[in-house]
Amino acid sequence: MTTPTTPTTAAAAVRPVFQARGLVKTFGRVVALDAADLDLYPGEVLAVIGDNGAGKSSLIKCLSGAYVPDAGDMLLDGEEVHFSRPQEARAMGIETVYQTLAVAPALDIASNLFLGRERRKPGILGSVFRMLDGGGMRREAREQMNKLGIGTLQNMAQPVETLSGGQRQAVSVARAAAFGSKVIILDEPTAALGVRESAQVLHLIQNLRERGMPVILISHNMPQVFEVADRIHVQRLGTRAAVVTPQTVSITDVVAIMTGALKVPLEEQTLTPAPS
Amino acid sequence: MSETTTTSAGYDAAEDLLDRRSPVQRLQSVLHTYPWLSPAMVLAVALVVFGSIADNFATPSNLGTITQQTAVIGTLAIGQTLIILTAGIDLSCGAIMVFSSMVMAKTAFDQGVPGVPALIIGIVVGGVAGFVNGMLITRINLPPFIVTLGSLGIFTSMTLLYATGRTVRERELAPVLLKLGNPLDIGGFRLTTGVLAMLVLYAVFAYVLRYTAWGSHVYAVGDDPDAARLAGIQVSRVLLSVYTVAGVIFGLAAWVLIGRVGAASPNSGVDANLQSITAVVIGGTSLFGGRGRIVGTLVGALIVSVVDNGLSLANLDQAYKQLAIGILIIAAVTADQWIRRARA
Repeated sequence: MTTPTTPTTAAAAVRPVFQARGLVKTFGRVVALDAADLDLYPGEVLAVIGDNGAGKSSLIKCLSGAYVPDAGDMLLDGEEVHFSRPQEARAMGIETVYQTLAVAPALDIASNLFLGRERRKPGILGSVFRMLDGGGMRREAREQMNKLGIGTLQNMAQPVETLSGGQRQAVSVARAAAFGSKVIILDEPTAALGVRESAQVLHLIQNLRERGMPVILISHNMPQVFEVADRIHVQRLGTRAAVVTPQTVSITDVVAIMTGALKVPLEEQTLTPAPS
Repeated sequence: MSETTTTSAGYDAAEDLLDRRSPVQRLQSVLHTYPWLSPAMVLAVALVVFGSIADNFATPSNLGTITQQTAVIGTLAIGQTLIILTAGIDLSCGAIMVFSSMVMAKTAFDQGVPGVPALIIGIVVGGVAGFVNGMLITRINLPPFIVTLGSLGIFTSMTLLYATGRTVRERELAPVLLKLGNPLDIGGFRLTTGVLAMLVLYAVFAYVLRYTAWGSHVYAVGDDPDAARLAGIQVSRVLLSVYTVAGVIFGLAAWVLIGRVGAASPNSGVDANLQSITAVVIGGTSLFGGRGRIVGTLVGALIVSVVDNGLSLANLDQAYKQLAIGILIIAAVTADQWIRRARA
């Protein structure tokens, strides 16, 4: 895997980092995705919203490798990609954070960050005795957490179950951001959290954007979407109904687009991010 | 909802650092971090109590005897700990052990296989038994309780049929099979090589659980299998490996058993299945998985032996042993439930 290059603002408006073209997914006679498109540009937070049954979740599952689409293409950095399992998407640098707080509570922060890709000590200790590089992993875990502005967590040997929900979600996000990932998908990251904890996670998303990491955020929470998203992808009836920015539309308008009461002409949509 | 938007950037960091816990909460959190601490305290209390009421209790030779009495269950309970850490249970471990011991003894005595290969065959039989349990649990998705309840019956019966009701006596056994019964005197403490073997196994698995990726995965799978799967761990493969490794440990326990009894008998170790679970639970490992330390199991096994030995030296009715152990089991699980709710 090549190391991801930091997107420059000049290139930002040029090519999407992750793209879906005409995705179709059917379950028997139910059409979940009907030629759905999606464009994610470097360094932006793209919110994906939609009513229940709009195909939001199917779209995300295709992007994260949980579903294999019946038709359509996905392009990562302009190259066509196919995933048959979530692990394959992850290997290509697409990390997903789930709403269910997918951490192992009894393990410490560092172990959770490196769960499934532990690092062993160099030399004979690592090769013969399979000894983990605990110190190294803790050091790097602290670095990652600091980068994301989660400086309050200093003890990387602290079990995750002693953390608040927001902090746990922070560990999940740090894990997603830690391993040379190109795209982070956050699937309802605040759905299980309280108000204050949600605020921590939103803060985290802003930090990810500042670091130039492209993020796809799935959320039901309109105020949150309007707070952090650069662009909003509205999914309706299995396809992309509109792409707008929080600056040009109101929450009421977006709800109207979601329910089909309002149609946005193509020329008024924000299909590419504004050059900065 | 508008409050969410205004406070997102600057939540109060100092609030996270403030320690406003009561002493009880602190105790809870200490026990949470060191799950072997409460069994260690129970062991200390038991040692002091029996030391003061029974004259011959606190002598090096008696304490050595206690460790000898712990060796078989202590070894068996290592495998049981691995399984319980994954939120599983093994009711058949003792039956597998006894079956392995008969295989070792009879392949050497009846078939004339040399001692060392016979020993290895017996250990492999234990591993295969664990592997089969693991396959049934991971491939057919049967609950561990049911699978091992079934294999308990199967291995008990196979042992009796295979042994044809006959014990392989000491002079009939290959010498290597008796090796772990050899006495070992360390500073007046009368130990056996079997005790030493058990301690080495504890050290090995303490290391493996603490310092290897496999160890982390065992905890993660027991903790929350869905989270482990989302993190990219192959949960069934970890489970299968745990049951297989545990089976190998049961095979090693068979070797310790022959050394301890000085014979291979189909009727030895009949209570071992539940006793191993007792040791693990009293040792502070959670039956819900993902929590516990292997050293706690050693302490748990020692507690059972100390109570057993102390009651007989104090001329008290052995019936009190079951009472005391029963109370300890319930107390340990209650404590575990309480400790699990801790917030550091």
